[in-house]
Amino acid sequence: MVVDAEVLKLELRKRLTPGWFLVGIILLGGLIIAVRRFACGLGAVTNLSDQIPWGFWIGFDVVSGVALAAGGFTMAFIVHIAGDKAYRPLVRPAILTAFLGYIIVIVGLLFDLGRPWNIWRAIFWWNPHSVMFEVAWCVMLYTTVLFLELLPVVFEGLRAEAPLRMMRRIAIPLYIVGIILSTLHQSSLGSLFLIVPTKLHPLWYTPMLPVLFFLSALTVGAAMVIFEAFLSSKLMKRGLELELLSKLGRYLAFIDLFYVIVKVQDLGKRGAWGHAFTGSYESIFFIVEMLLFILPLFVLFNARARMQRSLLFTSALMVVLGLVLNRINVSLVGIIRGTGGSYFPNWQEFWISAFVVVAGALVFGLITRFLPVFPKEEAEPGKASVA
Amino acid sequence: MHKGLLIDFTKCVGCGACADACREVNDLPQPDPAGSPPQDLDGSNYTVVLTHEAAGKEPLHYRKLCMHCEEPACVSACPVGALTKRPDGPVVYDSGLCFGCRYCMTACPFQVPRYTWERLAPVVSKCILCYHRLDKGQEPACAAVCPTGATRFGPRDVLLRIARERIKAHPELYVNHIYGEREGGGTDVLMLSPVPFEQLGFRTDVPHKALPDLTWVVQEKIPNIVLTGGVFLGGLYWLVNRRMRLAKDSERPCEEQDQ
Repeated sequence: MVVDAEVLKLELRKRLTPGWFLVGIILLGGLIIAVRRFACGLGAVTNLSDQIPWGFWIGFDVVSGVALAAGGFTMAFIVHIAGDKAYRPLVRPAILTAFLGYIIVIVGLLFDLGRPWNIWRAIFWWNPHSVMFEVAWCVMLYTTVLFLELLPVVFEGLRAEAPLRMMRRIAIPLYIVGIILSTLHQSSLGSLFLIVPTKLHPLWYTPMLPVLFFLSALTVGAAMVIFEAFLSSKLMKRGLELELLSKLGRYLAFIDLFYVIVKVQDLGKRGAWGHAFTGSYESIFFIVEMLLFILPLFVLFNARARMQRSLLFTSALMVVLGLVLNRINVSLVGIIRGTGGSYFPNWQEFWISAFVVVAGALVFGLITRFLPVFPKEEAEPGKASVA
Repeated sequence: MHKGLLIDFTKCVGCGACADACREVNDLPQPDPAGSPPQDLDGSNYTVVLTHEAAGKEPLHYRKLCMHCEEPACVSACPVGALTKRPDGPVVYDSGLCFGCRYCMTACPFQVPRYTWERLAPVVSKCILCYHRLDKGQEPACAAVCPTGATRFGPRDVLLRIARERIKAHPELYVNHIYGEREGGGTDVLMLSPVPFEQLGFRTDVPHKALPDLTWVVQEKIPNIVLTGGVFLGGLYWLVNRRMRLAKDSERPCEEQDQ
């Protein structure tokens, strides 16, 4: 008995690293705030107001979250439709991330919606004029499609051959439907803001919003795949497909450049560049956003720099941050002045967002442990394979 | 035919009877009589009477409320149709359908809809033009109780004609601007004022066109995107797949290959 307690203590000490401690705090606090949110109402945990009815949860959890899930359809397109099979090992993790990303979006939405118990009404009460209607349907349908795209992984894990064969037969149509839904969904999040021409700052308000949202989603799709590969290699002690990721970095360079060109031209055409250098807080947020998209180009177009782990990782991270900043700029920063309101997130809003993301990452880790999401690693000496 | 309100600020004496009547017929909580009257729309005030003071001039009283757009941005924005425009004018809200996305609040160019943030089942709060009274053949409460005729109910075209005539008859009394005639493509609430509307806190940057068109130009393309996208992706897959199959075939030694 004495030995058991000692072993347990040792084991606990080994497991209870500061990282896990932090995770525990975030989850525990998140649960408490979650209860507060539903027991005391939106007013108790958010700084939202009649002027600023959409805050950090919409800007980060939902609008950014959907974009950060873009790796799924981007990789599905590259590998299964355009036929670049070299990237195959990256598809499954990307689709799992997309699926969990969408779950995070849905959970984030349930926190944010005022009357979440009515959400099912979107299925039966239609208003096709509403961009939000399109958004709601895209969330529902694409989450379903992502689940179906993941089923083969589950069947493989269970060694269920018959359903696996069936899923393989519908794989391509599924990927096509998924890509179309993603195209609609990514762009529709931009379209949401077409109806606020007087509220959204001219640095961001443009009829091109849906196009820009779609292009930046394609960009961040690749960046997220690279970013995550680095993370999971670090956290789960996996190998890193550096050469493959570097190649993906070149794709990222081209699509990023294309996005930047379209964006630069759009601002020029609307004569909005004057707003970029006024020193207003909008202009500063805008410049930082643009730099986060532009600076990585210098690394990504340089074959040698691209092969350096730290540079490749930093570039991908910058694009991811740039994307998040862009979404927050459009849905929040660029809107505050136009409404005459003021807003800074309540600490509980930040906490819930962290809670949802951390929980999602934990589920990701669990699933990859039990299901064949990552390709089998080449046998490394002295390393037990994770079944 | 759309009916609405004409609110003439020059005739308003600031008695607040309209706001009181509004709260009463719409079952909104009455404010503390000892406290100061509400200074802005909120979850329990569909309309407020405000006072504008300028040096050397009589204080000016005016109202704020939902403008009841002819083509409302909020109605087009609502995913489930919880907000609707009735054929007789009012823009009305059904909390039973609403799931609380608050896109209506974001979309409204006049920044009218309010939210009851403190409630567990929050609702969107805004003037509904007393549609329940209209159904009984009555006027909206605010127009019915207004002692000076500053708020007047009627068909929009009639109200618009009256407003134009008043400006024409007394150009020295009014600014030459009927707020709501063109704003947001036109609204069923029209306002006349002796001072420019922006000085009273009204948004004068509202485009003179229906805002729902801004999103509809994109929404109407969805079927097209689905069709062309499907054909493009299917075609691309077929092409790529065929080329890869042919490439594989040609690698295989095969007697019939040269035929």
